[in-house]
Amino acid sequence: MTQETAHPTGSRLVLPRYRRDDVDAHPPLLSPGYGSTVLRAPRQPLTYLPQRLTEVTGPLLGEGRLGEFDHDLTRQHGGEPQGQRIIVHGRVLDGDGRPVPHTLVEIWQANAAGRYRHATDTWPAPLDPYFEGVGRVLTDDRGHYRFVTIQPGAYPWRNHDNAWRPAHIHFSLFGRAFTQRLVTQMYFPGDPLFFQDPIFNSVRDPEARERMIARYDHATTVPEWALAYEFDIVLRGRESTPFEDGDDDE
Amino acid sequence: MSERLGLTPAQTVGPYLHIGLRWPDGPYVVPQGTPGAFWIRGRIVDGAGQPVVDALVESWQADPDGRFDHPDDPRGARPASVPGFRGFGRSETDAAGEYALLTVKPGPLPTPDGGTEAPHLTLSVFARGLLHRLVTRIYFPDEPAANAADTVLAGVDADRRDTLLATPAPDGLRFDIRLQGDHETVFFAV
Repeated sequence: MTQETAHPTGSRLVLPRYRRDDVDAHPPLLSPGYGSTVLRAPRQPLTYLPQRLTEVTGPLLGEGRLGEFDHDLTRQHGGEPQGQRIIVHGRVLDGDGRPVPHTLVEIWQANAAGRYRHATDTWPAPLDPYFEGVGRVLTDDRGHYRFVTIQPGAYPWRNHDNAWRPAHIHFSLFGRAFTQRLVTQMYFPGDPLFFQDPIFNSVRDPEARERMIARYDHATTVPEWALAYEFDIVLRGRESTPFEDGDDDE
Repeated sequence: MSERLGLTPAQTVGPYLHIGLRWPDGPYVVPQGTPGAFWIRGRIVDGAGQPVVDALVESWQADPDGRFDHPDDPRGARPASVPGFRGFGRSETDAAGEYALLTVKPGPLPTPDGGTEAPHLTLSVFARGLLHRLVTRIYFPDEPAANAADTVLAGVDADRRDTLLATPAPDGLRFDIRLQGDHETVFFAV
C-alpha cells in the first residue's frame, strides 16, 4: 500500500512539535483567591510529556455537529430573547499568527439578567424562555468565526463577600491537535467588576489578562440592529523544524 | 522559541459547563454495539476525597490499528478500521463524580526514536476550580510488557506509575482520577 511504502519500517517518524505551554500566559492551578482551586489543584508538579502521535493529532470535528441556528443564540427558541443584541466575532490563530481553519468553537453564557439556564443556578434573576445560552460554529478558511447573541449580565457568586462575576462568555477551542485544546472566557472592555474577580485576576500577567478582553468593534455593528465585539483567540504555535521552509536562521 | 503572538490564557469551565459542553453522543468514542467495545468508568475526587460533580473528561486515542484519521500523522491520515470510530470521547461527571466512555482498545504507536508506545488514551480534565485543563493518560492493565517498555511511563516516578493504569471492571475498565492528595493522579505538562 502506498501509504505504508511512503514510510517504510525503520524510516524516521518526524512529528510536528508544538511549543511547550506558556506557563506565564496561563493562571496557576492553585490560585487561593478562587476558593474552588484549593482542594482541586494538584499538589505534585506536572510531569513532562513528550509530544507523540496522540498529542500532535486531535479530533477534527465537522459540520455534522452543527444545527441551523447554532451560530445565532437569539434565534434558537422561537422568540427574541431579552437584552442587548451583539455580534461576537474574531479569528482563531496560532502563536505565529496563522489562522486555524475549520475548527469547532463552542460558547456558553448567562442571559441578559446574569442567569444561567442550569439546575444549580438558583439566584433570583429571571430566566428567559427564548434564551438557552449555547452556541457552536466552525471557523472558516481564514480562521474566522461569528456569533449573534445577547450581552450577558453579571451575576453574584459565593467565593468571597459580595462577589460578582464580570460579564463573560465561555469559549471552548479544539485547534488542530490535542496540544492546542483550550477553554477560556471572553470579557467585555471596561468592566467595573474586574478588580474583585479572582478568576480574571488568576492570570497574573496584566498583558495576558488583556488578551481575554474583547474589543468593541464599531465597524462590525449593524445599524439599528446590533452592537459588535471582536475577540481573537491565540492557540499554541509550532516549533519550526529543520525540514520546514529552509527557515534555519533561528 | 516563544510565541510571536501572546497566547489566550485558559480559564475554568465553571459550574455551568454542561450548557455548552454536553453532547448527547459525547461518551461514545465508538457507536453502541461495536464489537469489542467496553466502558471506561471512573470517579473524580478532590483533595478531601469528595466527588467532583462538575467536571468533564475528554479522551483522544488511536484506532485499534494504531492509526489516526488526521493529516499530521506522518504515516498518512487513514479512516479508522472500526465503523463510526470518532477517537474522541467527552463525558461530564454525574452526582457521584463518575464519568463513562465507551471505546475500543487503541493499537500501539511508533515513536520518533524508533520505539513503540504502549496502547493508551490521552485525557483532558476540566472542572469548576480548575483554571486550566489537566492532562493525563490511561494505560491498559493487560499490557505489562508494553507498559514496561513505554518511555512516557518510564519518565513517571515509579511509585506513582500505577495512577496511570486502569483496572479491570465488570463491563470494561476503571480509571479513577484523584486531583490532589494521597495517590494523586500523575498529570502531565504537554
